[in-house]
Amino acid sequence: MLLLHCPYCGVDAEETELSPGGEAHLTRHGPGASDDDFHDYLFTRENPRGVHFDRWRHAHGCGKWFHAARCTQTLEVFGTYSAQTSAPPQKICDAISKKRPGWSWRDLS
Amino acid sequence: MRHYSAFAVAREALRYHTGWERAWRSPEPKKRYDVIIIGAGGHGLATAYYLGKNYGIQNVAVLEKGWLGGGNTGRNTTIIRSNYLQDPSAAIYEKSRSLYENLSQELNYNLMFSPRGVMMLAQTQHEIRGYQRTAHANALQGVKTEWITPETVKKLVPIINLDGPRYPVLGALWQERGGTARHDAVAWGYARACSAMGMDIIQKCEVTGIRSENGRVMGVDTTKGAIDCDKLGIVVAGHSGVLADMAGFRLPVESVALQALVSEPIKPCMDVVVMANTVHGYMSQSDKGEMVIGGGADGYNNYTQRGSFHHIEETVRALIETFPMISRLKMLRQWGGIVDMTGDRSPILSKTPLGNCFINCGWGTGGFKAIPGSGWGMAQLMATGHSPLTEAFTLDRFKEGRFIDESVAAGVAH
Repeated sequence: MLLLHCPYCGVDAEETELSPGGEAHLTRHGPGASDDDFHDYLFTRENPRGVHFDRWRHAHGCGKWFHAARCTQTLEVFGTYSAQTSAPPQKICDAISKKRPGWSWRDLS
Repeated sequence: MRHYSAFAVAREALRYHTGWERAWRSPEPKKRYDVIIIGAGGHGLATAYYLGKNYGIQNVAVLEKGWLGGGNTGRNTTIIRSNYLQDPSAAIYEKSRSLYENLSQELNYNLMFSPRGVMMLAQTQHEIRGYQRTAHANALQGVKTEWITPETVKKLVPIINLDGPRYPVLGALWQERGGTARHDAVAWGYARACSAMGMDIIQKCEVTGIRSENGRVMGVDTTKGAIDCDKLGIVVAGHSGVLADMAGFRLPVESVALQALVSEPIKPCMDVVVMANTVHGYMSQSDKGEMVIGGGADGYNNYTQRGSFHHIEETVRALIETFPMISRLKMLRQWGGIVDMTGDRSPILSKTPLGNCFINCGWGTGGFKAIPGSGWGMAQLMATGHSPLTEAFTLDRFKEGRFIDESVAAGVAH
């Protein structure tokens, strides 16, 4: 059972209290986008074996969406943070680098 | 390869079973093969087998990171059926089911295929309409299924409770020719047959990189050294994304955990497979007497091959209403496997952006039943460049909007 800290209401929530929402930091291509970009936005996912950023909703709590940095290989949680961002904050990246030296992620821009 | 037979059992019984040879060889890898298949699970071994049997391509290596059949082939709930809605699905799953019927004889290996019947319960009005539609579609596809009433359900499954307060049984989609098989034996049987054809099955050999030149695959780097090949097949289920990354392309696939459990063994009480899709509960009784129960998939990316207790609770809680007698059973063990889910819940059997590199993945929560058909189609695709069984399951169907939408058809992952 995952335990995630909700950065909005401050509760350490169990997995059953939360709804998973898929990969975080997708670039949301819309009208005018190329077929490739729109395809990648809809279907292509990083799906890494290792560090992963995903969206969660505190469904049976405050109802807010937030982001979590996790390891998909060990289920270790590196931290959670506000969803009002397009890239993981430096604090989260530092926490990951400390535990996974040499870690890198796709270009998030 | 020594033939297995009643005579062989008698012969060995007379000499204290000292004469059995190993079912497959475990050689060191050669420098080069015509075809390398990554992944010695059911799908990978079946692909290799049909490459040799149907196309005479026998200079083949099957590489496996762990042990043979130790991934999802050894972790599923062994259900075999072909009652799908969409035509391409029905074609490949029905091919698979029909191959299962004679596979024990063909491989000379007892797969314990048991066409005991598969019943998919309708527990909501939506499901009644959905399954009746599937039954009509199956009739057009030549797949024998029928819609049955609650009374017939009760006759086939006496332990069922038809009028549960939350999930009443309103009828079912019944496929008489569906059933179960011994899952490990499927991998072992194919492995033995591949080995007998001279193919090399190399276990504990992890692929660490894929080498290419001018957009064509040249070989793989492994923990047992570099191996060259003409053609490469990636057949690794949950880890498809990791291998695709090595090959330089990305997949519309996400890996999640799916889990199952078995009860303590009890006397025979249910001789068909029952699937309750609304509550994500699937149950059959194994030949050892254990109730084999499959649950739903996790909702988040996960590579740990572990289950979680709350999913067991959800699955069992719902099944107890429909099967009150299981409430007193003890759970014997539970386990998890990593399944590769695509956007339309249908598999990908396709060429890839890398030349001569093929991929077979995305079977999600329902790959076991498809092993023979998937291997048949994949072998044809790899040997000839085209297969009518796989032509709809291309990697680019997502871009072109040609979904094979079984997630809508089933209402759930399957």
